[in-house]
Amino acid sequence: MESRIKAIHQWYYERKLSCEELTRCYLQRIQREQPRLNAYITCTQEHALRQARTVDGKLSRKERLMPLEGIPMTLKDNISTRGIRTTCASKMLHEYVPIYDAFVWQRLNHQNAVLLGKTNLDEFAMGSSGETSYFGPARNPVRVDRAPGGSSSGTAAAVGGNLAVYGLGSDTGGSIRQPAAFCGVVGVKPTYGAVSRRGLIAHASGLDQIGPIAATVTDAALVMDAISCWDKEDATSLPDQRISCLKDLESGIKGLRFGVVWEYHHGITMEVADALEQAAEALEKLGAVRVELKLPALQCALPVYYVLACAQAASNLGRYDGVRFGRRTDRYDGIDDLIRRSRGEGFGKEVKHRILLGTYVLSEGYYDAYYQKAQTLREEIKGAFYQAFSHCDFLLSPTAAGTAYRIGEKEKCVDHYQTDICTVPANLAGLPALSAPCGFDGEGLPIGMQLTGPKMSEPLLLRVARSFERETEGSYQVGKNWEDQVWNMN
Amino acid sequence: MEYELILGLETHVELSTHTKIFCGCPVRFGREPNTDCCPVCVGMPGTLPMLNREAVHDAALAGMALQCRINPVSRMSRKHYFYPDLAKAYQITQQEIPLCEHGALQLSDGHNIRIRRIHMEEDAGKLIHTGSEILVDYNRAGVPLIEIVTEPDFRTPRQAVDYLEQLQAIMRYLGISDCKMQEGSLRVDVNVSVRPKGWKSLGVRTEIKNMNSMAFLVKAVEFEYQRQTALLNQGGVVNRETRRYDQRKGETLPMRQKEADNDYRYFEEPDIPHIAITQEELDAWRRELPELPAQKRRRYQIDWGISPQDAYSLTKYPAVAAYFEKVCQASGLPNRAAKWMLSEIFAFLPDEDAKQNFALAVTPQKFGSLLLLEEQGELTHAMAKDVMADLLAGTSFNQALLGRRGNIVTEDDLETLCSQALEEFPGAVQDYLKGKKQAAKVLVGAVMRASGGRADPRQAQQRIAQRLQELE
Repeated sequence: MESRIKAIHQWYYERKLSCEELTRCYLQRIQREQPRLNAYITCTQEHALRQARTVDGKLSRKERLMPLEGIPMTLKDNISTRGIRTTCASKMLHEYVPIYDAFVWQRLNHQNAVLLGKTNLDEFAMGSSGETSYFGPARNPVRVDRAPGGSSSGTAAAVGGNLAVYGLGSDTGGSIRQPAAFCGVVGVKPTYGAVSRRGLIAHASGLDQIGPIAATVTDAALVMDAISCWDKEDATSLPDQRISCLKDLESGIKGLRFGVVWEYHHGITMEVADALEQAAEALEKLGAVRVELKLPALQCALPVYYVLACAQAASNLGRYDGVRFGRRTDRYDGIDDLIRRSRGEGFGKEVKHRILLGTYVLSEGYYDAYYQKAQTLREEIKGAFYQAFSHCDFLLSPTAAGTAYRIGEKEKCVDHYQTDICTVPANLAGLPALSAPCGFDGEGLPIGMQLTGPKMSEPLLLRVARSFERETEGSYQVGKNWEDQVWNMN
Repeated sequence: MEYELILGLETHVELSTHTKIFCGCPVRFGREPNTDCCPVCVGMPGTLPMLNREAVHDAALAGMALQCRINPVSRMSRKHYFYPDLAKAYQITQQEIPLCEHGALQLSDGHNIRIRRIHMEEDAGKLIHTGSEILVDYNRAGVPLIEIVTEPDFRTPRQAVDYLEQLQAIMRYLGISDCKMQEGSLRVDVNVSVRPKGWKSLGVRTEIKNMNSMAFLVKAVEFEYQRQTALLNQGGVVNRETRRYDQRKGETLPMRQKEADNDYRYFEEPDIPHIAITQEELDAWRRELPELPAQKRRRYQIDWGISPQDAYSLTKYPAVAAYFEKVCQASGLPNRAAKWMLSEIFAFLPDEDAKQNFALAVTPQKFGSLLLLEEQGELTHAMAKDVMADLLAGTSFNQALLGRRGNIVTEDDLETLCSQALEEFPGAVQDYLKGKKQAAKVLVGAVMRASGGRADPRQAQQRIAQRLQELE
C-alpha cells in the first residue's frame, strides 16, 4: 500500500486534480458521513479552501510543494488552533477559541496543510472509546455500531473512513495507538519530548505526546518528520538530533531482533493472539530474529498509570474555574460558588471521576502510598525496558487485547481502564510505540500490532512496520477504495 | 509563670529580573492592569512554563550571600489551591528539594539566625475589589519570588526587624530586589510561639500572615505574645492557626478556616525538568558576589575605627556606602567623612527611598577636597557646611571657596573677641568661678557668634579656657 500523500502530490503535479477540488471532495465526504460517524466536532471549511487556493497558486507557478503541502488533514480537538474553537469535547470548553497556535499546528500550517476541521475525542482525552465526548461518540468506520477506540476517536475514525488523509492525535496511555488499531490504520506515539506539547491541552503532562494517525506507514513517517523537532518553549522537548523517519524506510529489517513479551499477552483474545503469531512469523520471514522475554515489572503498569495520570489530570484541570475562559455558570453566589458550579456543570462524569481519583491520591497522608509509590514503580518499568533493549531492538505486542467493542458495551469505567493494558507501559517509560494493522477478527474488525522501541527509535519502528506492510501487501488496511471515493465525488 | 517568646520568619522577596519566571513578559511595577500578561501568565489551556535562568541565578546569589548550600539539582513542584488570582489553580514552587538550604545570618547583637531554606516560586495575580465587582489583574502573576525561611531563632521582635533590615540591605547589594515592603516586593509572615522560660521544647505556634510594615510586625508580635501567655496562664491552649493583624484594632485575628486550612497536594512539576547547576556556573556566580554589608561594616570598624552604629547606617544602602568609600579614598579622612555623611548629607535625604536612590550633585573628589581643607584648618566646620550648601545648589567649587578659604579669624582678633565675650557675660564668668565649668560654653558660643563662624571653635575653646584659668 503506497503513500496517499505522495499519490496526491502526483495528481497535483500532473494536473489531474487541483488542491481545491480535492479539498471540496473531502469537505463533501465529511458532510455526508458526519451523521453516521460523528468524527468531527468542528469543520473548518473556509480555512481549508483558503489554504487550498494558496497551494493551487503555487502549483500554477510550477513551484515544488513541501512534503505535507496541500494535504487535507485534521487535528484532534485538544490541539490549540488560533481563532478556531478547541473544545476538548467538553461542555467546559465548547465555546473556547484559543488565542495562540499549538507548536505542531504552527509547523503544519507553515507547510500549508489543509485543515479540514477538528476531530472528536473523549472529553479532555479521558477515555478509550470516544464515548465520553460531550458531542456524542464518534463511530468506527469499519462497523458503525462499534467504538472507534479512544481517546483520539474522531481522528482515527476520520482517517479510517477517508474523511482526512491523516490527522494528529494525542496519546497519554494509548490514545493514538488503540483507536488506530480499532480503525485499521497506523498510529505513532513518539518518544516523550520528540514532539512539542505546547498548545496541546494537557491531560497528564508527564505522559502526553502528540503523534500522527495515517492510513499508511509512509504517510505516518512523513508526518513524523514534519512535526518532530526541538521547541525552545517546551522545557521537556528533546534537543534536535533527530533522524529522518522517511530516509531508511525501505531498508528492510534483516538481522533485527524483536522481543515478544509474555506479560503483554495476558488476557488477549484468541484471534488477537493468532494475528500476532502470524505477524511474528512474517517478521521472521523478513529476516528478523525472535526473542522471548519476561518483563514482570509491567504487571503493575495499569494501576501505576492511573494513579499518575489522574493525579496530573486533576492538577491540569484545576484552571477551569469559570474565571478566565471556558464555561461560567449563570448564577452564583460568591467566588467559591462560582468555581464549584462552573466545574460541576462544565465537566462530564468520567472527567469528574478522574479528578476525584487524582485529588485523592495526592491528598495529605496518601501521597506516599499512591503517587510516590507509583513514581517508584514507574522507574522500575523504565529500568525493565532498558534491560529488555539490551536483548533486542524492539518489542512486538498486541496494541489492544481485543477488537473494537460495541458502543455502550462496557459500563464500568474500570472495564474501560483494562483495555489500556498493552499501551500504557510505553507512556510510563517515555518510549516510542506505534500500532499498525496486522489482521482482522471473525467479524472483520481490524487487529493492530504494537511495536515499542528505545528512545528516539521511531525511524526503526516505522521501518519495521513498512517492511511488514510491504510483505503483506497492505492486506490488513482498511479503505483500499479511497482513490475511488475521491474520484467518484468529482 | 514567665514565658519566652520564639519567632520564626518566612519572607517573600520579589526578584527584579527582566522577565517573569516562566514566560517572556516584563517584570514592572504599577502598570495598567493585565497589560504585562500573556497566555502563560493567565494559564491558558496548553501553555507551558519555561524556567527563567536569570531567576535561578538571582536566587542562588541570595543563597550564597546568606551562606546557604546551593543544591546542584533541585526541583519545581505544584502547590494546589483554588483562588481567582492563581490562574492555573496551582502555584509552581519548590517543595522537596529547594535551591538553597542551611544558611545563616548574624544579627547586630551577635545572635545567629539559621536559614532553613530558600526556594523559588511564582507570584500570583491581584484581586481588585470595586464594591460591586471583583476584578483580577494578572500583571503580577509569574513574577519570580524567593521565599526565605528561618529556623525559630528569634527571641524579640526587635531581632526580627534587625534581620529584615539586614536582609533588605543584602538584596539591594546583590541588586536582585528593591525589597520595598509598602510595594509588596518584601512580604513577611511571622510564626509566633511561647514557652515557659528554660524549657527546651517549642510551644504551639500561630502564623501571622502578610505583615506590611516593620512597625506593625512589632505590634502584632507583642500582641500575640500577650494573647498566648494570657491563654496559657488561664489554663487554655494555643491553637495552631493562621492569623492576620488588624491595624485599626491593633490585634491579631484568626483567618477564616477555609483560607488557612489547605491541603496543597504537592507533586513534582512534570512540565519543568530538574534544575541542574554545574560547579563552573556556581563558581562564576560566586565571583559575582559583591562585598556585602556585614563585611563592609567589619572593615569600617577595624580599618577606620568607625563605630558599629555609624558603620551600620553607612552600609545600609549600597549607593551611600559606595559614595562614602570614594570620599574616604579622595580625602584619606574616613572619620571626618563618616560624620559628614551621617549629619550633614543625611539631612538632605528626606526618606529611605532617597537613600536607596542616593545620588549627590557633588563629586566624591570635591567632597574629599573640602574635608581636607577643613582638616588643615583652612575652613571652619561652619564654613565648610556653607561651601557644601553652595556646591549642592550648583555653584562651582572655586566659586564656593571664594571669600571663605583662609578667611579664619587671626590669633590677635581671637584674643580681642575673647576679651569682649568676658566683658559681655560677667554672669557666666562668675558661674565658672563658682565651679560651674559648663558656663565656659556660653562664652565660646559668644566668640563664635561674634566671629560670624570664621573662628576655629577648638582654638576659641582653648583661648577661653586659658583666660578663665588666669582669672582663677
